[in-house]
Amino acid sequence: MMSKTTTALATLAALGALSGAAQAEIRLGVSVSATGPAAFLGDPEAKTIEMLVEQLNEAGGINGEEIALTLYDDGGDPNKARTFATRLVEDDEVVAILGGSTTGTTMSILSVAEDEGIPFISLAGAISIVDPVRANVFKTPHTDRMACEKIFTDMQAQGITKIGMISGTDGFGASMQAQCKEVAGDHGIEILADETYGPQDADMTPQLTRIRNTDGVQAVLNPGFGQGPAIVTRNVAQLGFEIPLYQSHGVASDAFIELAGAEAAEGLRLPGTALLIADKLAEDDPQYKVVTAYTEAYKAKYDQDVSTFGGYAHDAFALIVDAITRAGDSEDPQAIRDALEATSGLVGTTGTYSFSPEDHLGLDLSAFRMLEIKDGDWLPVE
Amino acid sequence: MTGRNKWISLGVLALLIALLPLFFPSGYYYRVGALIFVNALSVVGLVILIGYAGQISLGHAGFAGIGAYACALAPEHLGLHPALAVLLGAVISGVMAALIGKPILRLKGYYLAVATLGFGILVSMVLTNERALTGGPDGMNVADLGLRSLLRDMGWRLSGGEFWYMICGVVLLVGAWLALNLFDSPSGRAMRALHGSEVAAATVGVDVPRQKLRAFVISAVYASVAGSLLALQNGYITPDVAGFMHSVEMVTMAVLGGVGSVLGATFGAAILTLLPQVLTVFAEYEQLVLGLVMVLVMIFLPQGLLPSIARRLKGRDE
Amino acid sequence: MDALLQFLFSGLTVGAVYALVALGFTIIYNASDVVNFAQGEFVMLGGMITVFAFEAGLPLPLAALLAILATSAIGVGLNKLAIEPARGAPVVSLIIITIGASIVIRGATQLIFDKQLHRFPSFSGDDPIHVLGATILPQSLWVIGGALAVFVGLWVFFTRTLTGKAVLATANNRVAAQLVGINTGWVMTLSFGLSAAIGAFAGVLVTPITLVGYDVGVALALKGFAAAMLGGMGNPKGALVGGLLLGCFEALTAGYLSSQYKEAVAFIVILGVLFVMPQGLFGRKSTERV
Repeated sequence: MMSKTTTALATLAALGALSGAAQAEIRLGVSVSATGPAAFLGDPEAKTIEMLVEQLNEAGGINGEEIALTLYDDGGDPNKARTFATRLVEDDEVVAILGGSTTGTTMSILSVAEDEGIPFISLAGAISIVDPVRANVFKTPHTDRMACEKIFTDMQAQGITKIGMISGTDGFGASMQAQCKEVAGDHGIEILADETYGPQDADMTPQLTRIRNTDGVQAVLNPGFGQGPAIVTRNVAQLGFEIPLYQSHGVASDAFIELAGAEAAEGLRLPGTALLIADKLAEDDPQYKVVTAYTEAYKAKYDQDVSTFGGYAHDAFALIVDAITRAGDSEDPQAIRDALEATSGLVGTTGTYSFSPEDHLGLDLSAFRMLEIKDGDWLPVE
Repeated sequence: MTGRNKWISLGVLALLIALLPLFFPSGYYYRVGALIFVNALSVVGLVILIGYAGQISLGHAGFAGIGAYACALAPEHLGLHPALAVLLGAVISGVMAALIGKPILRLKGYYLAVATLGFGILVSMVLTNERALTGGPDGMNVADLGLRSLLRDMGWRLSGGEFWYMICGVVLLVGAWLALNLFDSPSGRAMRALHGSEVAAATVGVDVPRQKLRAFVISAVYASVAGSLLALQNGYITPDVAGFMHSVEMVTMAVLGGVGSVLGATFGAAILTLLPQVLTVFAEYEQLVLGLVMVLVMIFLPQGLLPSIARRLKGRDE
Repeated sequence: MDALLQFLFSGLTVGAVYALVALGFTIIYNASDVVNFAQGEFVMLGGMITVFAFEAGLPLPLAALLAILATSAIGVGLNKLAIEPARGAPVVSLIIITIGASIVIRGATQLIFDKQLHRFPSFSGDDPIHVLGATILPQSLWVIGGALAVFVGLWVFFTRTLTGKAVLATANNRVAAQLVGINTGWVMTLSFGLSAAIGAFAGVLVTPITLVGYDVGVALALKGFAAAMLGGMGNPKGALVGGLLLGCFEALTAGYLSSQYKEAVAFIVILGVLFVMPQGLFGRKSTERV
């Protein structure tokens, strides 16, 4: 019986160690996938938010109150994400949650946020997060559907009507693959070949050979993130494709050009955000200030290039800071939610956000810019 | 293990489940508790497979996946009540286990490991790729069990955390009770005999393939029900539930706690569920510490945590 | 026809990667009956250390050598710190120990280096070689050649050298090996060092093709394990054939059937082979004694 008591005590001690909510002024909760298969998304997101909180607190916080950040790494596991969301709400007593790097983790956090009435800004792409609109759930990234539409519009302008697709089977690739197939018809695009590859695959020449041997394919589209698109780009060059290659916003980062090789990536197009062409923006561009400030600070602090995903976190943080400032009461989640929904014309790295009771995404297609790789650098296509 | 020990084990478990909430400072602890019980349930299944029958599986998350997706799909497509979907998942898992177990269980050691691993990967691949049905890697919603609102209508208001803590606790108790009964049954003794030596067990008349298969099927059903409970509790499910790392996690819980006993399994589940929650204080060192704990426990407490602690307390050195 | 050739080129390249991982498994298994699930991390370390040494200004060959030596030392450390203390533990405990070790190595790598993807230049450029309408990259030839060289080296080692025979003897019967004067502790050290070196060598070869990041090891370990089991654990020939077969199954399935289910087909083939030949294609038969 002795051992049983010890067990119980040990369990209690472990549980006790879990508590200890921060005592600072504004409690902000974050759960992102800083490790695991979605670390490519979550790592820059976590770094961005940590950096921005530090900056804000050094500058005096919001209306004199500092932000106390509680950041958890859910490892891309929706089950963990839900536990952390519960912990953020019940134990850390945060007034708002940012995060949910993937659609799966977002959906898990979302139900907790809805149940408890805590505003939540998601960093994931799927349209189902904000459609139908849920009272407490917002998101910063474009939907994958918008990326597809941007790409297809550009293809139409080039006179391309028949394409082959090769998509990653990770959440990002699969979601975009499905949404592109849905909207292709609206743009008069026919998908003749539809191939996939696993997120850790080393060689995609078999799939690409199939696409090449499909009659009439005029362009290749590769939705995916991580190493897959870099390998696809190299394989396309290896096989000597003479048709254009389109990538997705999932690889919109300078590091991608390095990995794929400037030569192989030459002429490739993708829908990206202003982040990638920070150095080429006109000074009167509405995004100039926010984009340069973020890219320079991030590069200086972490010695890494910014990515679209870090930009999503940047915008989510900007939105919540703006909302808390306007809400006047940093203790009341409901007031913050109301202020968030009233956001109008907030300029972020991804685009300009204006929420309404009917629209919790608040971006339009103009936020995407079509970019092309020329001589190892991004150039806007106009 | 004698009959008295069985009731002590069950009593300790029941007391823990009933009394722990008295010390919970917030609703979050109910969530962690419920997760521990769900994990413990699948680990009790593995105790039967690994601890009793001496077999190994690196693919049991596949059965958890079947149970979880049965709960997600059957109510939507077959109009089945979620509670019945749990049963459906259990039946499918059992049948699958029987079908693949027959050829697979002839393999031994690492060969059995790779075969079960292959099965688990096949399941998670189907769940990931059949997007039209399962929502693909993004996952899908799971219908509400409906029991909580029923209780509310009857005047018993429970938070989601409290409700699932109770449900999972009760199911774990039932699962533990069944496993302990099996231990003392003729079938359980036969399993333990083949654990010692298959050849010896066969010589004294144990139907070795049959007992192995029985252990495999039973453990699959445990994993399936645990997967179902997880899906219903979360209200959302992704193919991660069937992933390789989940299989590894289950086996680790079983071995960590002490694979021979039901109480040890629960203890292992509790440790490995709590660890990531406690380790958040280590931030980026979390993975490192988690791996170290796994290695160190296996080296210094090869029998698992609970048996080693128990032995030390009894002051006996075997 | 050119399509078939292209699929085979792809399959051989990927298969050679699996074979290199599987060969690493073979040595440790032969010496200790342990399947080391941290083998994939050796490959990752080989790539990562080379990347960072190269970016720090070292010439590529020197960076690669440094990576192989450092990884080899880590392999020896793994044996001393985690495997030897757990001698005699059941299979399932050893699986957990090596998986735990792989988590430690990954966790340390992301702290010491980073979580980004990396690459260094191919050894002989990126201009594809054209063969009968199909193309293959020079780096693929390096990988395939590397796998063959390691295989031949191991085969000579195990059959022609006294040390190699000592390793086999240790695997066969540890006590008997000790009785005839074999230093089994040293054999274990040697095996882990060699196996880690081969893993790191694989990492150096494949990084220009597959890229490297702190978490690429898990998938490699799984595929390498499957390849080794397909060929029959403990046999270098099995590891080579198993790896190449697995790679070709995947490529041909992706090319002719469905890219979605290429891994599924690979695993179904493995299951099928194990049903017919429970010891893999070239595995040794064993009988259980009471």
